[in-house]
Amino acid sequence: MSKKNKKPKVIILSGYGLNCEEETKFAFEQAGGVADIVHINDLIAGPKILAEYSIMAFPGGFSYGDDTGSGKAYANKFKNHLAQELEEFLSRDTLVIGICNGFQIITNLGILPGALTYNSGGKYLDRWVDLEVTGRSPWLTGIKKISVPIAHGEGRYMLSEKEYKALSRKKQIVLKYTKRTICEFQNLEANPNGSTHDIAGVCAYNGRVLGLMPHPERAMFAHQSPMWQKNKKRTEKWGDGLIIFKNAIKYFKTR
Amino acid sequence: MISRIYVAPRSSDIRGGQIDSYLLEHELTPEMLILVGRALANPITENFSINKLPKVKPFSYAIEIGFKPGVTDNVGHTTRETIIDLLHLENGENLSVYSSKIFLISKSIKMEAVKKLALSLYNPLIETAYITTLEAIRKENNFPLKIPQVILEKRTSIVNVPLAVSDEELIKIGREGIVDDNGSRRGPLALDLDSMNAIAEYFVKLRRDPTDIELESLAQTWSEHCKHTIFANPIDNIKDGLYKTYIKGATNLIRKKLGRKDFCVSVFKDNSGAIGFDEEFLITHKVETHNSPSALDPYGGAITGIVGVNRDCLGFGLGAKPVANTYGFCFGEPEDTRPLFRDKNMTQKMFPPKRIMEGVIKGINTGGNCSGIPTISGFVRYDDRYRGKPLVFAGTVGLIPRTINNLPSHEKSAKAGDYIVVVGGRVGADGIHGATFSSVVMDSSSPATAVQIGDPITQKKFSDAIVKEARGMNLYNSITDNGAGGISCSVAEMAKECDGATVNLEKVPLKYPGLRPWEIWISESQERMTLAVPPKKWPVFSALMQSRGVEATVIGEFNNSGKCVVKWESKVIMDLELEFLHNGLPQKQLTTTPHQNKFSEPKLPSGFSRTKVFEELLGNNNISSFSFISEQYDHEVQASSVLKPLSGRGMINTEAQVFKPVLSSNKGVVLASGLCPSYSDISTYSMAAAALDTAVRNTVAAGGTLGELAILDNFCWCSSYDKTRLAELVDALKACYDGALAYSTPFISGKDSMFNDFQGYDEKGKPVKISIPPTLLISAISVMPDIYKTVSPEFKNAGDVIYLLGETNDELGASEYYKLLAKHEKNNAIGNKVPQVNFKKNLKTYLALEEVIEKELLVSSLSVSSGGLSVALAKSSVGGMLGCNISLENLSGTLYGGDSSVDSVVDAKLFSESQGRILVSVSPKNILRFKKTMRGIPYTELGKVSKDGKVVVMDGKNKVVESAVKKLRDIYHAMSQRMK
Repeated sequence: MSKKNKKPKVIILSGYGLNCEEETKFAFEQAGGVADIVHINDLIAGPKILAEYSIMAFPGGFSYGDDTGSGKAYANKFKNHLAQELEEFLSRDTLVIGICNGFQIITNLGILPGALTYNSGGKYLDRWVDLEVTGRSPWLTGIKKISVPIAHGEGRYMLSEKEYKALSRKKQIVLKYTKRTICEFQNLEANPNGSTHDIAGVCAYNGRVLGLMPHPERAMFAHQSPMWQKNKKRTEKWGDGLIIFKNAIKYFKTR
Repeated sequence: MISRIYVAPRSSDIRGGQIDSYLLEHELTPEMLILVGRALANPITENFSINKLPKVKPFSYAIEIGFKPGVTDNVGHTTRETIIDLLHLENGENLSVYSSKIFLISKSIKMEAVKKLALSLYNPLIETAYITTLEAIRKENNFPLKIPQVILEKRTSIVNVPLAVSDEELIKIGREGIVDDNGSRRGPLALDLDSMNAIAEYFVKLRRDPTDIELESLAQTWSEHCKHTIFANPIDNIKDGLYKTYIKGATNLIRKKLGRKDFCVSVFKDNSGAIGFDEEFLITHKVETHNSPSALDPYGGAITGIVGVNRDCLGFGLGAKPVANTYGFCFGEPEDTRPLFRDKNMTQKMFPPKRIMEGVIKGINTGGNCSGIPTISGFVRYDDRYRGKPLVFAGTVGLIPRTINNLPSHEKSAKAGDYIVVVGGRVGADGIHGATFSSVVMDSSSPATAVQIGDPITQKKFSDAIVKEARGMNLYNSITDNGAGGISCSVAEMAKECDGATVNLEKVPLKYPGLRPWEIWISESQERMTLAVPPKKWPVFSALMQSRGVEATVIGEFNNSGKCVVKWESKVIMDLELEFLHNGLPQKQLTTTPHQNKFSEPKLPSGFSRTKVFEELLGNNNISSFSFISEQYDHEVQASSVLKPLSGRGMINTEAQVFKPVLSSNKGVVLASGLCPSYSDISTYSMAAAALDTAVRNTVAAGGTLGELAILDNFCWCSSYDKTRLAELVDALKACYDGALAYSTPFISGKDSMFNDFQGYDEKGKPVKISIPPTLLISAISVMPDIYKTVSPEFKNAGDVIYLLGETNDELGASEYYKLLAKHEKNNAIGNKVPQVNFKKNLKTYLALEEVIEKELLVSSLSVSSGGLSVALAKSSVGGMLGCNISLENLSGTLYGGDSSVDSVVDAKLFSESQGRILVSVSPKNILRFKKTMRGIPYTELGKVSKDGKVVVMDGKNKVVESAVKKLRDIYHAMSQRMK
């Protein structure tokens, strides 16, 4: 079989309170990949399996209940046992995504810049946001703006001014909160959590590693959008969020 | 060696100057401590320091809030795990970690003020506050290195309790508990004299005294909480009792009537009830209450409520996967600050309603969000009479394949020879006497240990390991939840499946040493399940649990001895026949005394305009938005959301919610509820009928189908030994029966909480008793064939035609409107004409509604409830941010009659809470088809949706309401804005 026809394999981490692995798997498979959910302890026990995979996903959730700070404890465990394996994985032409708690984990792992802390509103918040693409990443090919939901208590992205300038130049600040269709519709502020420069997502490793607070898998169906009832069209099944997963699969199929 | 690590935020984020502190007890080198500090602090946002305070701004006072010894410390647990993993500690089991938070106060205020501030930061039942000044710790530059270790004095492990004593002593044992070594009583057994006598007789036959653990075990199993004696005992001439006659009786009849269309699969016998979802899956539902624990520790009570009911889902059949959480809160008025005390000396102060509300909301937040279960459906109600005891409902919907390994998944049975295995958290003194405590009135003797802290992650770990792995691998024969009564109830319950069990109690993993056997046996420490694992499958099961970070322990064996035997270090300390344990509770004949309250009719406003009072009503806590709650609960995890808790441009709270539990299927589940406690003052029959009608109506209005709609009952009553209260209970049960049969909506599960009374003292030390209004929550769950047909409640297009389905009658008694007028007048004139439900008429309306939704003829659909038609119009308008032009002239229904004046017709039209009504809008192109389907159903054309944003209601020539949608939105969301 040629590489083009083979479905790219996705490893989705689980365990210790991560909880979005099933819908993330569904999204990757709808997009044309083959996805396996692997408990972190199974990966620690047999890290060689990583060689089979092209994409690694850290899904959303509440690993270790956010105790000691969101993503910290899971990242510590990962670092203690899998630091070298992660380095090897990243040295290949692979893709990594961290969504919500996954983003918090991979910033704590140190493969993405910055840090995430408590929302400026002080509370956990579930709502929809509009995002504009402001950088370059294969995950975001062809996307200019996209509406997806967030659901987090510690999603405020922190970065020094100096680093912000450097990362902007390198097109690593890839997603920013903006006021477009959903915010106009529901009369909401663009930035839901007080993130520096409205940052919702950043990337590294030439855009191959993407971290973002919003949940694209919760916008993979058209019916998930708050505007669906208003603009209901029966023919439309899929939502914007799926494009991100499709982009990842396409990355391996079109080369 | 004890060390302390501080982690402080670098800049002032929302935590202010709050510092996290970790006390570590273990031999650790300075290098090791630095590694730990690095793992605990985020290098960008935080600093850490070891055994010295971090660099902070000058402060005058510091308050350290930590847990009391033995209270679950989740952050401490996670930190411990991180450190052992990081340092590869060889003797890691000896490491202890205690977390706390330090608040710095820079203002120069008096110590008294600091103490008062500290009270707002902690709950003395579970936490400690250590207050110090800068001067006091300047020298050491460190907080004391003192750990909150549990030290239990050595006590007699087993005592025999002679029952050949006076009736007074028997009553005392039943009410206050067994006498301990030090002469004090252990806390309520909640056994009355009849029960104590039955136990005494049993042991006379055995020619021995019961041990303390036997007595405690019987008290758990026989508690009102577990046995539901009020629902089970004969009452008046109802020989089979209320539950068998009216709840189970209705379900049995309905199932028989439905025949091949019966969609029930498992009712009443398991931890949840289940109905069919599709060919492949079942859907389960269960709603619990956690009222008493939430009154004492609002956060802990609510979190253990939601995480506890999750286990009712995990404990259904072979284990269902939780796919949705529901909640319901009844609080006192949040602005009410009148103090209440549990004791005469006024030392045990109750939390005011606002603090209870904030804690409860946060508890459901943590419990649901951390577990990755969408919290989809909920409500909140306020009434002065909930200030003594709030009501906290928590529910969980589950999904399970119909068959697992080719066997029906809803059937399970422990087999003789199976190991008794407990998984999850360890046992501590927390949660002792929870079941017996919730079976009595709350007063100063309410045990502090009844409070527990939840640990959702421990549960999430075993939930995933069991439902997503062990279940499919066929590794166990039976499973149940550890809730009230702990393992004493779960093991005794499962022992019924094979007729016997023997437990070696010393095998139960403990949080700390020193617990006595009876405490271990009945402790309600959270996050535990009990399973029956065949010995040959134990090695695989055990290895799987270990690899998922889940503690699993064999504590005994199921057998067919007909007995429940408990051993302590091989000595038999409990030896009870299952027959006596489960069926020995003596029956009691209950009787009732009917009575009828009579209220004055209110004086109605003069003139025709009701704009002002209508706007005020919309801002009423019971009617306005609770978006501040909805948006802090993750309702989109699992990617299943269809009709959300908030809908439309104006983000109104929906009355029903729809989700899609199987991502690859277009089938949906509709959830809704009904609760009308205000009507209880006038008639509990009407209250219950309205609750049931509302739950059903809300469900169908969003797209649910009556043919696959099941309901759950949660009775929260008060003073249930009072004969008039019992008469009210019987009335409510009759309405449940009538309604369920009329709509063919079977009850599949239920729960009751019968003593929601507070007995204590007011601010002057005067005794007060506050009883809740009799409250019934009906929860509805329905399967919807095609989620793409879901209809949301808000108006969508200008020009759409607005109709009201159903009839509007002069039924303002105990309505939100009359309650508002009574509040203005500072009287209790809430009228007497409470809404009557005409089940027969409404059924026709709902079937027609189902048909127009199926044909996709509705643009919007909103069930009319509290506040009546005017509030429904306001909500649909705000939801769409569109106006409407309405005429009430031809409203169908009975608006004249009895003592109504002409003016009151306007009030009834706008504010009557007549049941069976739905406000819908229809696109002009579909009007003919809509009307055709509605033939024979009472409905009224009200007017049109308008784009100018004006909300205008005419009654003949009179303009009765004139407002603007933007203004209404601000009023509707005002409370939520304040609470943000």
